[in-house]
Amino acid sequence: MATESHGEAEAGLVFHPMDQFQVTPLFGADKVEWFTITNVTLWMGLTIATIVLILVFGARGRALVPTRSQSIAELAYGFIYKMVEDVTGKDGVVFFPYIMTLFMFILVANFLGLLPMAFTTTSHIAVTAVMAMAVFLAVTIIGFVKNGFGFLAVFWISSAPLILRPILALIEIISYFVRPVSHSIRLAGNMMAGHAVIKVFAAFAPLVLISTGIGIVVTPLSILAITAIYALEVLVAFIQAYVFAILTCVYLRDALHPHH
Amino acid sequence: MATQTQDAVTSAPGMPQLDFSTFSNQIFWLVVTLFVIYFVLSRIALPRISGALVDRADTITHDLAEAEDLKQRAIEAEKAYEQALAEARVEAQQINVAMRAEIQLQLDAELAKADLEISARTAEAGAALAAIRDSAINSVKDIAKLTAKEIISSMGGQADAKTITAAVTARMKG
Repeated sequence: MATESHGEAEAGLVFHPMDQFQVTPLFGADKVEWFTITNVTLWMGLTIATIVLILVFGARGRALVPTRSQSIAELAYGFIYKMVEDVTGKDGVVFFPYIMTLFMFILVANFLGLLPMAFTTTSHIAVTAVMAMAVFLAVTIIGFVKNGFGFLAVFWISSAPLILRPILALIEIISYFVRPVSHSIRLAGNMMAGHAVIKVFAAFAPLVLISTGIGIVVTPLSILAITAIYALEVLVAFIQAYVFAILTCVYLRDALHPHH
Repeated sequence: MATQTQDAVTSAPGMPQLDFSTFSNQIFWLVVTLFVIYFVLSRIALPRISGALVDRADTITHDLAEAEDLKQRAIEAEKAYEQALAEARVEAQQINVAMRAEIQLQLDAELAKADLEISARTAEAGAALAAIRDSAINSVKDIAKLTAKEIISSMGGQADAKTITAAVTARMKG
């Protein structure tokens, strides 16, 4: 990004901000087949392990007065349960385990991705797009199963003036089909951008070893910037998981109650 | 992004996110992961957590009801205590009055007895006094008779006892 303006000073600096996103086989296979055990497998496995640790071992006690780990599990449960109930209504509560699955996966994958040397599974469009498409298809099917053709009322805004309704319907249809795209790119884009920016600043950090004059200013600044962006990324990691989950709930509400 | 990757020509193959050859691998493992997480959550974690939450809510409602009951009982106990206190007060008042009356009776009896005794003693003393006075008067009479007799005899007269006695008695009445 800013490499040109600094000229020859960072001739020795190496920029590989995107290398962290590379999918690589773990056990020396030279080609990534669909079944190959890769770093994707590793970090998704760690995600499962972390979720089991939090929600299964953490809540193991079932104590009347919760322990700290049990409180965390109950907090996560209550947070998502309340969100599902508030947004989709009572009849949406049956979908709570699915939304909890998505939320916990994204949340834990985001946070694990913040560990140094980690691979962020949710930064890949392949991963987020599959989840977004699954939500899109599920919501569409649920909408038609529950309401029949009445589900199409979601595009027909009865509160608008009659002349505007066909135009609004067109806009609604387009926005409906754009949903999975925005839903998936929002998450992957946020994760990728944050991690790439951290990596770029990290590449500037050793400048003091190459050119002491500029480096004495640039190195502390870049370390400070890494810290600041890391803090922001911690926030983003949670917010994006929350946004993905609440948007899923909003889409589900449209499917259950298509009449505005 | 484009400028970056051009600068860092060494190994970066553009965006790994757009390397479609890895898509099948990621999608496969994602589906496996999501199924595992869903299985763990729906079979183990969520029932357990919701069970704990329900248990807690039950316990809290039960405890609150019990606390309400105990409070009611405390209020009743306080009422009973107040009533007992009032009754005790009334009883004490009655006992007080009865005791006072009894003491008064006793006192009156004692006083009457004492009065009787005093009047008896007074009468006795009066009698004794009268006796002493009588004997004193007799003594005075005797002395007067003797004196009168001696005076008369020394003047050369002769007086009989009868006359002297009459004269003394007449004078003493004076």
